Amino acid sequence: MLLLIQYTLIFASVLLLVALGGCVSEHSGVINLGLEGIMVMGALGGALVMKFLPYPGTPSFLMFLAVLGACILFGVLYSSLLAVACINLKADQTIVGTALNMLGTALATVAVKSMNTAMNPDDHSSEIFYGKAKRAFLTTIDKFELNWFMIVAVILLIVVYVLLYKTKFGLRLRACGEHPQAAASVGISVFKMRWAGVLLSGLLGGVGGITYITAGVSTWKFENGVAGFGFLALAVMIFGAWHPFKIAGAALLFGLFRALGNTYQGFDFLKAMNIPSGVYNMLPYIVSLIVLAFTSKNSAAPKAEGIPYDKGMR
Amino acid sequence: MKQKHSLLRNNGFQTFATSILCIILGLIVGYIALLIIEPSGAWNAIINVMKNFFKYPSAAARMKYFGSTLAKTAPLIFCSLSVLFAYKVGLFNIGAAGQYCLGMGVAIYMAICLQCPWYLCLICGILAGALSGALCGVLKAYCNVNVVISGIMLNWISLYGMNMLLKPAMDPAGKDTYRLVSKAKQAILPTLGLDKLFSNNQYVTIAIPLAIIVAIVVWIVLDKTKLGYELKATGNNPNAAKYCGMKENQNIILTMILSGGLAAMGGALYYLSDIEQWNVNASAVPAMGFNGIAAAFLGGLNPVGSIFSSYFITHITVGGGNVDLSHYCAQIADFISAVIIYLCGFVLFFKTLINNHLRKSEERFTAKERAAVKAADVKPEGGNK
Repeated sequence: MLLLIQYTLIFASVLLLVALGGCVSEHSGVINLGLEGIMVMGALGGALVMKFLPYPGTPSFLMFLAVLGACILFGVLYSSLLAVACINLKADQTIVGTALNMLGTALATVAVKSMNTAMNPDDHSSEIFYGKAKRAFLTTIDKFELNWFMIVAVILLIVVYVLLYKTKFGLRLRACGEHPQAAASVGISVFKMRWAGVLLSGLLGGVGGITYITAGVSTWKFENGVAGFGFLALAVMIFGAWHPFKIAGAALLFGLFRALGNTYQGFDFLKAMNIPSGVYNMLPYIVSLIVLAFTSKNSAAPKAEGIPYDKGMR
Repeated sequence: MKQKHSLLRNNGFQTFATSILCIILGLIVGYIALLIIEPSGAWNAIINVMKNFFKYPSAAARMKYFGSTLAKTAPLIFCSLSVLFAYKVGLFNIGAAGQYCLGMGVAIYMAICLQCPWYLCLICGILAGALSGALCGVLKAYCNVNVVISGIMLNWISLYGMNMLLKPAMDPAGKDTYRLVSKAKQAILPTLGLDKLFSNNQYVTIAIPLAIIVAIVVWIVLDKTKLGYELKATGNNPNAAKYCGMKENQNIILTMILSGGLAAMGGALYYLSDIEQWNVNASAVPAMGFNGIAAAFLGGLNPVGSIFSSYFITHITVGGGNVDLSHYCAQIADFISAVIIYLCGFVLFFKTLINNHLRKSEERFTAKERAAVKAADVKPEGGNK
């Protein structure tokens, strides 16, 4: 039971972080379908730091900060590729997002493989092992493993809420997602606001990525990407009606279904039902399809999302 | 001068030129990546990627591997047609990967577990993909679910579903399904003698001519029929189409059914040619569907163009296996194709650049001409009037 709660919380944190990223970006008017790729890059940054910083040897807190910094840096840098293409060059946001997902996985695989091969000519895997370093930011309280990134997720949730709904910046950002021409008419730079939205989503997506690969496993094969989590997070965001606190609720629900796949063997009645593990693997995706079918009708999506800003348009 | 202008103005030529530009830029980025990994062998590696089967000295071997590359191109053509068809109707079928997977799974299951002949396997595979597409379409039409997100969800559901379905078809010796040669000879696609052309490469089957025929059919349907016109109108402006009496929802669902069927056909044909077996523990959606997106955009969203772009992408992907594995990895080809799609997002930008340039130079030209005419008008003693 405790294990189920632990996994639910960690997966919910991942979904929450990434969904918040999608939310900020969409409020500024850019659909960020590249979240999956951003997660991979964030995870890569964090994993590299964990691989190369000696542990034990580095103080835990320093380790945590370094990992956090690296995944943020990678996520933000990578998301700027989306920003350049979609904001400045007015490219189709769906194509660029999809390209970034493919590029993220391919780039991470090539980078990790060539790094592994360079260190050991017989090693052609795309895996990074970080089991030891990971312990730097795990605190065990009576069998419950608290991952520090869960706390980061809660803090960022509050920060994003305040930023979006209680500050001048947030109001301007949302204006650019609803009616950019109106925003521009009162002197707001739509390009700058959208850049800010996309970069923030890169930050949140990057942190989500590192949280995902430190959830339960101690080694990551970068060929696999992040298994559609970026898109699950977008489903969470739609279910959460583009509002941070509702997104948090949705993330908990989806996290629970995802966690069941990892822990169902601990429950006697679930084990007794003898359902093949594939069904549990499918569960989060099936649930999200059903949920989307019921919640998408009256969409609360920002009005101008997905449309490149054109000054001359009314 | 004038002829060059009219050529540059031609939309088809512009598309072709931007695609070539994307490929060149993509290859340059790939080369830079190789240089960063290990400078000494980078040039060789990129040449190997581009050479693919040309590296074999004997003509027979070249033909054989050319055949294999073609056999791998066929499913990609189907996937890119699937993406392209939906995109023309304003839908982004990222679920092609899942539909491909369904076509594959159902076809193999029927072949090995039910011992059905190849055409039955193929038809049921297509139906499975069409059904999945239909679900996507219904969700879009009646529940307003974003097709990209429902497509991704269906991708993963299909992957895990097919893994479960194919457990009984698994060869205990490995993790892959049985080879059709050993368990289900009746399900292998006929070759119609095509294998003879390619040094007896038995994987060269009817899938290849079929892919080209289907591409042409898709082109005819989209560009030359009323149905295609209606579908495209729905994609361009759903409200206007509705106003003209076109059934918007019905068109969306129909499109997704056809699109899903196309992707599934690719999956079924590929695995029925027995060139590859499915790993029933696969934890990633097959990349073919996503490469289909690349091929569709690189081909300038033209069915005939996608034949060539599919071939190019398969060519470098297969060639990726030829790089010197002591320094590099085969995924460099995936990296290059991903960069190419990213650049394809800029096609509109490139075209605007070309058109802007054309307009400016033309303005300058006409301004000069006008000045010349004026000068000519003024010169004859100003006395014409």
